Amino acid sequence: MNRTVVGIDLGTTHSLVAYRHEDGRVEVLPDREGRLLLPSVVALSRDGVRVGWNARERVNDPETTVIYAAKRLMGRSFEETEAERRHLTYPIVDRNGSPAVPDPFRNRFLTPPEIGALVLRELRSRAEEALSREVTEAVITVPAYFNDAQRQATKDAGSLAGLNVLRIINEPTAAALAYGLGSGKDGLFAVFDLGGGTFDFSLLDIRKGIFEVRATNGDTHLGGEDFDRAIVTEWLGESPKLLSLGERSEVRDLLRKEAERAKIALSSRTEVEVAIPAAGFRTTLTRARMNELVEPFVERALSCVRSALADSGTPPSGVDGVILVGGSTRFLRFKEAVATFFGKPLFDTVDPDLVVAEGAAVQADILSGRRKDLLLLDVTPLSLGIETIGGVTSTLIPRNTTVPAQAKELFTTYVDGQTNVDIHVLQGEREMARDNRSLARFTLSGIPPLPAGTPRIEVTFQIDANGILEVTAREQTTGQMSNVVIHPSYGLGKDDVRTLLKEAFSHAQEDFATRLLVDARTEAQTVINATIRALERVGSDILPDADREAISRQVETLKKAMEGTDGRTVRDETRLLDNLTQPLAERLMNQSISNALSGMALPKEGGSHA
Amino acid sequence: MIQLTEAAASEVARLKKNQNKESHFLRLGIEGGGCSGLSYLIKLEETPQEFDEVIDGPKDIRIVIDPKSKVYLDGSTLDYVGGGLMGGGFKFENPNASHSCGCGSSFSA
Repeated sequence: MNRTVVGIDLGTTHSLVAYRHEDGRVEVLPDREGRLLLPSVVALSRDGVRVGWNARERVNDPETTVIYAAKRLMGRSFEETEAERRHLTYPIVDRNGSPAVPDPFRNRFLTPPEIGALVLRELRSRAEEALSREVTEAVITVPAYFNDAQRQATKDAGSLAGLNVLRIINEPTAAALAYGLGSGKDGLFAVFDLGGGTFDFSLLDIRKGIFEVRATNGDTHLGGEDFDRAIVTEWLGESPKLLSLGERSEVRDLLRKEAERAKIALSSRTEVEVAIPAAGFRTTLTRARMNELVEPFVERALSCVRSALADSGTPPSGVDGVILVGGSTRFLRFKEAVATFFGKPLFDTVDPDLVVAEGAAVQADILSGRRKDLLLLDVTPLSLGIETIGGVTSTLIPRNTTVPAQAKELFTTYVDGQTNVDIHVLQGEREMARDNRSLARFTLSGIPPLPAGTPRIEVTFQIDANGILEVTAREQTTGQMSNVVIHPSYGLGKDDVRTLLKEAFSHAQEDFATRLLVDARTEAQTVINATIRALERVGSDILPDADREAISRQVETLKKAMEGTDGRTVRDETRLLDNLTQPLAERLMNQSISNALSGMALPKEGGSHA
Repeated sequence: MIQLTEAAASEVARLKKNQNKESHFLRLGIEGGGCSGLSYLIKLEETPQEFDEVIDGPKDIRIVIDPKSKVYLDGSTLDYVGGGLMGGGFKFENPNASHSCGCGSSFSA
């Protein structure tokens, strides 16, 4: 039974839901009237709660609280939203430090996740109707700059709407997925996302299926709504009567709607007539005048772009392509400005209003487990570890571990004075490193030359929600560090995982024996080395000749056992050697303690302890 | 072969009932990690995986184990020790283990 996972773009002004069908076709799911967008608007009135288009119609109704742009409040404290609140015309109060919108008709307060949930529930039922089946799982997109709290709030909104949110993904990543980037097409892409109320610019580095946001910049108050506002301001300046009426919020809302209508009309016409009979207002807006009004915003957007490029040390020519996202990139003046700035191909064939939702649907499809060619799971399909002495695999993250996950382990050197360690990152269930998949190799150098076993090298495996693994090795005394980032599932299909598991299982018995032998030999060698070092150092005063001879004999016996292939024999002979050297070790310890103590005086009172 | 002591079987049966997982399987296994290299895995699972072996245990307990874990756990006995400061727990008696850590949840072969 296949799971139905939808992709959702929960936007500031509009939201959408999309689904990738079995045949690979991605469809943005329409409502009964065939509309693809759903205004992210909730209207609270005496006779009920409305969401979407119906809510938006209420914008001039003084009896109704119309909530819009609630995404700006998502996951933030009341204090943090201070600047935002000034732009919003509906009441927002402080509820235990969080912003909330009072619903006086139902005696309650709605939190941003609850408002988001109302929008998501609408999208969910739209999807269920369009697909004629139950929908309980989704991927939801958020801006790349969203912090953990904002992502969690978005997830909460999903849960409240009865959706299991399989993953929160970045909007620029979704846009790139919609264009099929990431499967074969590597490169550095700029994502220029100009929505209704926000401008987000991201530099997306795509390598071997890994999507890495290299830089983000933007303006949380730049978008289509600003253009509308600029137009409204222009009109208010034209008519003193309108100006005085414009102080009333319902008049402002009406003007905003008219401005938006005029703006859209101007993308296909060069001028538009506007009339608001109730205010006795009539005017003409030309495309040229609108471009003038918008020019400061173009400049603001480009300055964000410049900062992002500067931050990441990328010249505009270093970008391989620019993906246009958001309805406001339809604005011809913007398209032209972006094309001139980068001089690179624009990705604008997918409707910029739909592209993020479509990409979310692509990701949703991958997570549904339907695609055989890609492996993007919520658990690690195979164990991850490193190669350690003797060529064995030391597992840090076992298979079937839920991601994200982190594991840390301490390793040390094997040879005296060793200053480098090679970290060989492995994937698989086999005991010997050579039988597993080699993911990466890197070297940690600059380890202080110390006796074997003394340095402490901390190896950290960190795997994020997208399955990307970062391996870091750090020498603890010097802080010397080295790391590598890998995508372990890259090029690994379901059948490969199955084959690898099967192989590991069929070799389990011999792997077990080999591992036992190798580990036993390693331990034996360590004990032999320490024994020989000790024998060289001590005289007959500490070690009677008879004991020395017994120890030497056991070293030879152990060496012989090590040449064999029975791990248990090696282990047993090692124990015997250990037992024989035990009294010697104690005597050595006593001697070094008395050496350390003799010749040391207790510090006199007032003496320096430095 | 893996055995369950009377106490272990009763505890598993009790957990299955309490967690409303009466049709679940008891997964026993090993995984990398723990202070002595490997650690034991004990949990209730809805369905066996592809390569698992299913063993019928006492008290309608169906044990699932993957072929690799089976090699390491062969001859082991799962026991349950109740009470105590750590609130009791399952314990493996494993003849293959050379070192075990004090808590008994980690071992090396």
